[in-house]
Parts: sequence; structure tokens; C-alpha cells
Amino acid sequence: MGRYVIRRLLQMIPVFIGSTFLIFFMVYALGDPVAALFGDKAPDPATAARIRKDLYLDQPLWKQYLHYMGQIFQGDFGTAFNGQPVTELMASAFPVTLRLTIVAIFFEIVIGITLGVISGLRRGRSVDTSVLVLTLVVISVPTFVTGYLLQYLFGVKWGWVRPTVSPDAPFGELILPGIVLALVSLAYVTRLSRTSIAENVKADYVRTAVAKGLPRRRVVTRHLLRNSLIPVVTFIGTDIGALMGGAIVTERIFNIHGVGYQLYQGILRNNSPTVVGFVTILVIVFLLANLLVDLLYAVLDPRIRYA
Amino acid sequence: MPEHNEPAYDPLQPGEGEAIAPTGQGGPMDLALDEAESLEKTLGDDSTGPGPGPQEKPRSLWSDAWHQLRRNPVFIISSLMILFLVIISIWPQLIASGDPLQCDLSKSQQGSSPGHPFGYDTQGCDVYTRTVYGARASITVGVCATLGAAFLGSLLGGLAGFFGGWGDALLSRVADIFFGIPVVLGGLVFLSVVTSTTVWPVVGFIVLLGWPQIARIGRGSVITAKQNDYVQAARALGAGNSRMMLRHVAPNAIAPVIVVATIALGTYIALEATLSFLGVGLRPPTVSWGIDISNAASQIRNAPHMLLWPAGALSLTVLAFIMLGDAVRDALDPKLR
Repeated sequence: MGRYVIRRLLQMIPVFIGSTFLIFFMVYALGDPVAALFGDKAPDPATAARIRKDLYLDQPLWKQYLHYMGQIFQGDFGTAFNGQPVTELMASAFPVTLRLTIVAIFFEIVIGITLGVISGLRRGRSVDTSVLVLTLVVISVPTFVTGYLLQYLFGVKWGWVRPTVSPDAPFGELILPGIVLALVSLAYVTRLSRTSIAENVKADYVRTAVAKGLPRRRVVTRHLLRNSLIPVVTFIGTDIGALMGGAIVTERIFNIHGVGYQLYQGILRNNSPTVVGFVTILVIVFLLANLLVDLLYAVLDPRIRYA
Repeated sequence: MPEHNEPAYDPLQPGEGEAIAPTGQGGPMDLALDEAESLEKTLGDDSTGPGPGPQEKPRSLWSDAWHQLRRNPVFIISSLMILFLVIISIWPQLIASGDPLQCDLSKSQQGSSPGHPFGYDTQGCDVYTRTVYGARASITVGVCATLGAAFLGSLLGGLAGFFGGWGDALLSRVADIFFGIPVVLGGLVFLSVVTSTTVWPVVGFIVLLGWPQIARIGRGSVITAKQNDYVQAARALGAGNSRMMLRHVAPNAIAPVIVVATIALGTYIALEATLSFLGVGLRPPTVSWGIDISNAASQIRNAPHMLLWPAGALSLTVLAFIMLGDAVRDALDPKLR
């Protein structure tokens, strides 16, 4: 187990370096941060050169990258161009997005798995067909369309919730945005657990459990569900990273000042330290979530052993 | 993450058709990975080649699939929808007589009227005409990006799977790196510096982030196909690499790639609309559903019709391609017969 974790952590290093370098390359080599700093005005060449020197921008790209990564591992994510340290921005943005992600994952698990179990146990019946059609429709409608529609219906027309989220973003206000963010993944979770359940329901161990007279509830929860959840857990694990990075659209619609909002502002204003810093953290979250999922396999299915 | 296409992990696979399982951070872009993997496993054994039965006409996987597809209502409906979309994206004049860029500000945000069933948008442009003309951008981006990603992905993935070795290891690591980058985020960064108003930067970006997904599928199915007896037999008879690849491995490995590419086409269209919505995808004067939805979004309280028509058209288009992919997958999966 320990050796497996260490091997996995070592394997993460090249992926981490590759992903962050790619983003670093896109931000620093394709855009010109110094020109962006001056807005529409043409910068004074001497000042521009000075800023470049201060920000290490006169060095070759790989040196800039090494310098930047060195700083990051000392906890210094640099300063956004308005003078605010990037770590401060992160401290305000990440808790908000984390709450949003928790709400989204909660709905994914509760609604998605419930629907999946119901339709998987009644495969081919009308409940199953309607759930399948519904998930197909949900997958087809892009997030920004559902976002605006639900915001209009629930927030404006019927007035059940506040259409936008206040800067504090308490859990109560994040329910609707959380559902919007979760919807597409929720449909995947439903389809995934449906397939898995429908397949395992024919397995020998389920027949044995039924034959020894266990109550149906226990058969489903202890025997069937536990064995069927592995693909679902894989999906939800990889989804954590996707939800945190993919919240750009949702956060924009509901005016949530989280990671997506800061990233969007950072990209539009060419604010390189913000963008690279946030993306670096997101890549780490993504990689760790993947590791966690692999370790969870062993809990769900004791047959899987990591040497 | 365990390598999804290593046979050693078989017990972990959902193993059967219906579920859609994104694996990377790409979210919707990674539709239908698992089903394709289950496909490639089963296809390796009982696909293609002349069937037994001396009197019967030999039926290949493809003719079997075609027989089944013709009777599948989902396939018929979705392919009719796609045919219609393709026709109006080539000749939008057939059903819309107006000019999408000819706008009259005095009619700003008016509701529907005779001859203009969908009403007008904020600029006074006819929403119906713009919705019809918007199909062209979406279909162009979807088809070109899918062709590019499928070509690049199956070429690289296929070669890596066939030859193995360090090239294979390198490709897998590169694919991992691309999976680590959130798609929408990468699009914002990459496309925000592009100033071109054509569709090609968007197509290029989607190909760039889309090929690793197809490469993984292609690699896995080539590895499965090349272990078959007839491939070993061909090698024993002295067939060269290129002949083995083209005549023996490729025809038996291409099915999962086709399925994933079809479903990916729908998600690429949605991705283009999302990027256009965020202001970095297509740009005016290109007529695009994403741009129209983005412009209409701020006015949703006053004139919801401006948003609903292009949004409905976009959703139906994505739905058509995903349904087509679903139907093709069902037909190509021998386990479901």
C-alpha cells in the first residue's frame, strides 16, 4: 500500500510539470502581460524593460518557469497586477468554490445514484426508459442554457431563491447554482450506476444473497450497491477537479466570486500570475482526487490489493 | 488513475453499453469512454471476417450493424435531424429568405410577427434567420474538429498501440498531461490571445485537446486487435507492417473510434457554443448560437424568446449527434445482440 502510494506520487510529477508548463507557456508566451498592464496606452520602452526585468520576463521561458515554480514551493504565488498577493485572492475564492463543489457533489451522489439504482433494477420498464431519455436531454442542453433558464424561472419569475449569490456565498444560496453545476455530471452518474447495477443484478452473489433470505433492502445496499459503485466513484473523483475548474460558466451566471470568476477576470485582463497560480492549484487537486479514487477502490472491493 | 485500457483492469470496467463515463477533467468532452472500451474488448474476438455457414451469405459486423440500425427508430430520427441540419448549414437560403446581418434597430426585442415567427433580438435582427444561419458555424466546427481529432488521434494512438515501446509510453504520458488541463479553462487562455474571426482557431483548439481522448481509445482497440490469431497468421505468412496495419488490424479496431467520435461531435458543438458564450470562441460577424445566447442572456427578463430559440436549436443539434452515437454503439456492440 505504502509503496503503491509512493509510486503513484512519483508518477504524478511529470504530469504535473507538463500540465503547468503548458498553461505557463500559453499564458506567458502567447499573451504579453506587460502590454496588458498598460491597457490601451503604449508603454514607455524604458519602463516596460524595467517591469520585464522585475517580473523575470526578460529571461528565456524555461528559466521563467523554473523561477516561478521555485517561488510556488516556497508559498509565494506572486502578486496580481493590482498589487494584491495571489494567495489572498485564493483565500477568498477557494472556500466559495469548494462550497459550490460540495453542494454539486452532494446532489450528484444522492440524486444520481438513487435514480441509477431505481432504473437499473427496473431495466427495460417505463421508469428506466424515461430516466434514460431524461439524462440524454440533460446532457444535450449546455450548462449556460440551463443556468439562465433555472435562474430566470426560480429566481425571477417565481421568486423562490435569490437570482444571484451574495459575496459571502453561504450554503443556502448555493443550492440552485450547485444543481446547475451538477446537472450534466448527475446525468452521467445516473447512467453509469444504472448500467453497473443492471449488470450486477444478474451476478451469482446476488442470487445467493436472495436465496439465503436476506431482506431486499440489505441485498441492494450491502451486496449490490457496494459492488456496483466502483465506476461511479471513479467518475465522481475525476469530476471534483472538473467541477472546480469548470465552474467558470456557473459562477459567471450567478455572480459567484469563486475560482472561476477570478480566473475569468485574470484571463480577460491578461493577469498572468493569477491564472497560472490558480491553474497550478487546480491541477494538484485533480491529481490528488485521482489518487484518492484509486485508493478507495481497495475499500469498496477487497479483492483489489495494491502491492 | 489506473490505465483504463489495460486488460488487467477488466473487473473494474462497467463492461457494458449504456453508461457514459468521462474520465478526464474534460467533463462533457469525454463522453462514452467506457462503452467504447467495452466495445473494443468484445470486438476483438467475434467481429468481422466471413461468418461460418457455407450456404449463407457471409455477414460482417458492419452489415449486421447496418441491418440493426435500419430498424432502430432512434437512429432514423437522429440521422434525419442531422441530414436536415447539414442541408440548412450548406444552403440556409432554402428556409430563410432574409439576411442575418440585416437588422433594423426600430424593431429591437419585438415579439413574433407574421413572417418573423421568432421575433427580433436587441439589435433588431430577425431571430429566425439568425437561428437558421447559426447552424453553419456549429456544424462546421463540429465536423472539422471531429475529423481532425479522429484522424490525429487514431493515427497516433494506432501507431502507438501497434508498435508499443517508448513511443507508446511517451504518447500515454502526453495524453495524461492534456487530460490534466480543464477544457474550458484551456480554451479561455488559448483563444483569448487569438484575434482571427474565422472558425479555424476554435477548430484547432478543439483538435488539440480532443485527440488524446481518441488516441487512448484507438490505442486500446489496436492492442486488442493485434493479438488475434489471424494477425499472428498474417505475420507468420510474412506480411509487412503496413499491410498488417491496413488490412488486418485497422478494420477490426476502427469501430470504437467511430462511436466515440460521433458522440464527441455533439459535445464539441456544445463546447464551441460555451467558448463563444464566454466571448473567446467565434466572433461577429460569424453568426453563432453561442454568441446570440450570450447577447440575449442579459435581456432574459424582458425578452426570453431571444435566448430560447437559439438555445433550443443548439440543444437539439447536440442531442441529435449524441443519439446517433448511442444508436451506432448499440449496433456495433455484439454483446447487446
